[in-house]
Amino acid sequence: MTPSSVQSILERSRLQDLFDVLHRRGYAVIGPTVRDRAIVCEELRSAAELPEGWGDLQEGGSYRLQRRPDKALFGFAVPTNSWKEWLHPKRLKLLDAHRNPDGSLRFTPGDEDDPPKLAFLGARSCELHAIAIQDRVFLGGAFTDPHYAKRRAAVLIIATNCGTSGGTCFCVSMNTGPKVNRERTPFDIALTELLDESGHRFLLEAGSEAGAVILGELPVRAATESEVTAAETLVANTANRMGRSLDTHRLPETLLANLEHPRWKEVADRCLNCANCTMVCPTCFCTTVEDVTHLTGDHAERWRRWDSCFNLDFTRMHGGPARQSGQSRYRQWLTHKLATWHEQFGSSGCVGCGRCISWCPVGIDLTEEVRALRSP
Amino acid sequence: MMPSPWRVAERWDETADTFTVALEPEPRREAPGFAPGQFNMLYAFGAGESAISISGDPALPGRMLHTVRKVGTVTSALALLRPGDTLGLRGPFGTGWPIESLRGRDLLFIAGGIGLAPLRPAIYHALRHRTAYGAIRILLGARTPADLLYPEELANWRKSPGVACAVTVDRGDSDWQGHVGVVTKLISSINLDPRNSAALICGPEVMMRYTAAALREKGLPQESIHVSLERNMKCAVAHCGHCQIGPHFICQEGPVYPLNRIAFWLAQREV
Repeated sequence: MTPSSVQSILERSRLQDLFDVLHRRGYAVIGPTVRDRAIVCEELRSAAELPEGWGDLQEGGSYRLQRRPDKALFGFAVPTNSWKEWLHPKRLKLLDAHRNPDGSLRFTPGDEDDPPKLAFLGARSCELHAIAIQDRVFLGGAFTDPHYAKRRAAVLIIATNCGTSGGTCFCVSMNTGPKVNRERTPFDIALTELLDESGHRFLLEAGSEAGAVILGELPVRAATESEVTAAETLVANTANRMGRSLDTHRLPETLLANLEHPRWKEVADRCLNCANCTMVCPTCFCTTVEDVTHLTGDHAERWRRWDSCFNLDFTRMHGGPARQSGQSRYRQWLTHKLATWHEQFGSSGCVGCGRCISWCPVGIDLTEEVRALRSP
Repeated sequence: MMPSPWRVAERWDETADTFTVALEPEPRREAPGFAPGQFNMLYAFGAGESAISISGDPALPGRMLHTVRKVGTVTSALALLRPGDTLGLRGPFGTGWPIESLRGRDLLFIAGGIGLAPLRPAIYHALRHRTAYGAIRILLGARTPADLLYPEELANWRKSPGVACAVTVDRGDSDWQGHVGVVTKLISSINLDPRNSAALICGPEVMMRYTAAALREKGLPQESIHVSLERNMKCAVAHCGHCQIGPHFICQEGPVYPLNRIAFWLAQREV
């Protein structure tokens, strides 16, 4: 079977079959679930772990779970954490260094194992764009990151079209959603959750050969025309309900022409430099390394972990940090994400998922900052 | 990216806080060549990695020289290495001095402090291909006479035909009879043909900013002024994000830039 625009329907009651097929094919399923009063992505053993009937209320510096009036499984905006956690691990051993008895050194790779096959269940359009951006960072340049490359190759993507938007969403402004687009961001299967008087079911579309094969193993029926239209309407409505917007017209030029704007100081006075925004951002890719030694003194390890341009040590050199002030660090983050990223990777570094707004402890909102920076 | 083991063949002090290690691949194997201005990531066992410019002769890549200033944990651990010890090396990385494309021109090498180390391979190259270049001027600034790098070599360079050297220090000592002051002061006294000269500058960022400005006043176009930048680096392959200045990944496109490509960012504070 080849990818086609033929769409099928899987009943909610048979969703477990999708898990069973994926498990049989050796995939661990990573998807949304409720933990610590938030929707997070983690490994799911069954469809019962999906956040049935849960929605989220996201605003600047605020995230609350909220009961939905229905039993939707994907009826929330974006989970707390993004998929980069599995493609670009928070912590990774780069190498082991061994000191031989004669004092010479030997190095062995620290990340040799084959990565697990993962199925990302419920990745949204903004998140597929974020993955595509990290693909360009780690696979598109002169050097390929082997750790990212092998994890990425082992991933099957089961995307979700958004039937709901959050208070901090602005994918429409960034042209990254809410509908997944096979041409721009490949996926294996896309699903749209339909919940109406005709029942609770999923409209499925294969986006790849692998996706088509999996669909072929599911108890699906052909979608009716009205079901296809219902799905289209649902996503179109979501696009009209974005909680935030960002004017991207000539944004890189505007930001770079305003590097001394008084707003940078104003936002820095509120910013705690906590780095939350960079941790939850699905495209932020910066890392640092840590070296540790065993007590014997003959074995050392080198670890890579996520880092943030908000950390003072990030730019530390012998003369001190290049970006000493909080203002310069906030400016680096925002201008990198929205301006210089274009020159480096051919797109914005922002996909409009809104996580940095929701998870900022003081509610700094980049869409609001951009508005302020645009006014003289 | 994995480091490979290299053996310290020789090690000597240069000044009170700088030293040079001569490295050879261990076990013996063909060494990768390097271009003047490139750098390696040197790994001191258990302490970590540091980006260190290659300071030796590009015609002798099997004996890779690195001149290091002892300023942090890693460089202090590197300072403890002795002949026979091994360290880890990744590299060479980065884009170096465009020395080949400057054939036929007068060359102006301007260094502040340890900035002479990344320039030295380019000086070696120019001297080795002496007839390919016009007049060579080497302008050096150091904190004190005792901090001047490679003084014996400097004496040899002075004796080479068509090479002029000038040195200035921030603070002289009782024996010092040379210039005192910043390196830009040396520029005001020189005659240069702006259409047929190129400047290669390495030193503290503020020094490079003022030096470039002084050269611009002499009529040297931005495209003929090359600077080597420095930033914190972890990966050296444009993935860790640390070395960015504006849209530039210093580790890969740099560390050497023609001024016209980097002037905007060099003029900004705290980028």
